[in-house]
Amino acid sequence: MTDASDTDPGYALAPDGSFTAPLTLAYPYSRTVGPTYGRFLTGLAEGRFVATVGSDGRVFVPPAEFDPTTGQALDQWVDIAAEGTVESWSWQPEPSDAQPLDHPFAWVLVRLDGADTALLHVCDVPDPGAMETGMRVRARFVDGADPGMGALECFEPIGDDAGNDGGDRS
Amino acid sequence: MRDIAVVATAHSAVTSTTETPVESLVPVLNEVLANAGLQRSDVGFWCHGSCDYMIGQPFSFVQAVDALGAWPPIVESHVEMDGAWAMYEAWMKIATGECDTAVVFGNGKSSSADMFAVMALQLDPYTDAPLGLDQVSMAGLQARAALDAGVISERGMAEVAARSRRNAMTNPHALVSGEVSVDELLAAPRLHDPLRMHDLPTPGDGVSALVLAAGDVARSISDRPAWIRAIDHRIDAQRLGGRNLATVASATEAARRCGVGDGRIDVAEIHAPFTHEELLLTAALGIDPSVTEINPSGGALVSNVLMAAGLARVAHAAERVMHGTADRVLAHATQGPCLQQNLVCVMEGE
Repeated sequence: MTDASDTDPGYALAPDGSFTAPLTLAYPYSRTVGPTYGRFLTGLAEGRFVATVGSDGRVFVPPAEFDPTTGQALDQWVDIAAEGTVESWSWQPEPSDAQPLDHPFAWVLVRLDGADTALLHVCDVPDPGAMETGMRVRARFVDGADPGMGALECFEPIGDDAGNDGGDRS
Repeated sequence: MRDIAVVATAHSAVTSTTETPVESLVPVLNEVLANAGLQRSDVGFWCHGSCDYMIGQPFSFVQAVDALGAWPPIVESHVEMDGAWAMYEAWMKIATGECDTAVVFGNGKSSSADMFAVMALQLDPYTDAPLGLDQVSMAGLQARAALDAGVISERGMAEVAARSRRNAMTNPHALVSGEVSVDELLAAPRLHDPLRMHDLPTPGDGVSALVLAAGDVARSISDRPAWIRAIDHRIDAQRLGGRNLATVASATEAARRCGVGDGRIDVAEIHAPFTHEELLLTAALGIDPSVTEINPSGGALVSNVLMAAGLARVAHAAERVMHGTADRVLAHATQGPCLQQNLVCVMEGE
């Protein structure tokens, strides 16, 4: 009988007799994203946001493929500004490898100018004191990126109106 | 409609275990069957709630059948949801007359990986999941929206944490408990701004199980069955930026359809892993905290066994009816990002 730990350093036998083995959780499938998300994600690689318009005139970004009210496929598109307003945010003190930035940042829900829904992404600021609901942010794109969410690096504050003292919300 | 009741319950919860899911399931299933006085061969239907993503093996839930005993053939099913949704399926199976008894169970092993990170995979696979939004940050976005809207306060959130830990002192399956002052909690930093550590759940590995039975079968098992008078579940939009995070419309609709407001609720077990979630849900479900005892078990905050914590709410609420310390109770379970899916169940004694 061979001891697995001799051949694979990922395996280990603990002093209490329990055997541990590495397990990497990953779902590395590739799929086609279809015409609606395809147009949106390709737009990001071109440094712009595109959105679909619902039957009631609501503007969805990320785009909705089907109208939430009527169920009809949506095919009317509009361009949306790369600037918007923070609707909510939360602080990420210790980012994981899977997350967009390698230093602490804020998660944000951004309502881009001209949109009726908010986009989930991150905002690059040094500390939570620089964040405030209602602050203005603009998108920072990655030059030469492939289509996909990776083409949108993050949002960043516009001008000097960012920043507060964190407030006392007790 | 047939009368269907919860007639027995059992739980386990520890901070971390090296047991396989089957090893964890067997003692709890044996206990819930013993509490009901049933043999495995008496069970008409088995229904299981768990999540393969937590273990990282597709179809790993099938292994759980080893804990049931697959021969002679049995009737069983699985939902990739909290065990509370397995209960809904079992309730429907009994309601349609296909069987008279069912064992429902949910289990989860949070310690096998970073579950807050795994839960990012429930988001939109093209726009949101690639960002790796973890469950704590997700909850923070909802807490901030509710704080900004003025529907909750940080003090209120700390009061939920303090009460949950106090209530947990009488729950043998709680993983954290004790007396702590609200001011002490509020003095801690907002590590995951706006959330402090007391706003986050204590993760656990474990199992919750219960037995459902119909009519006279239920009466033969329990002196005081917890009769399910109403059960409903509703879903909000998945995308966090597409709905008002300061409200929980699907919970309100489920509560309305269950007639929650038609009478006094003695006890409400609300599935709220984060403190602000309990406050949002209490309002959404129409619960009056001055009348109703909320989460006497300590709730998911003190023992967050993923995929079992919702079923545990049903079980703990039912226990109060079965023990005769409550007449009409509400149980709630949630799934999905930021309280997207909500199940409500109203139970009564006879």
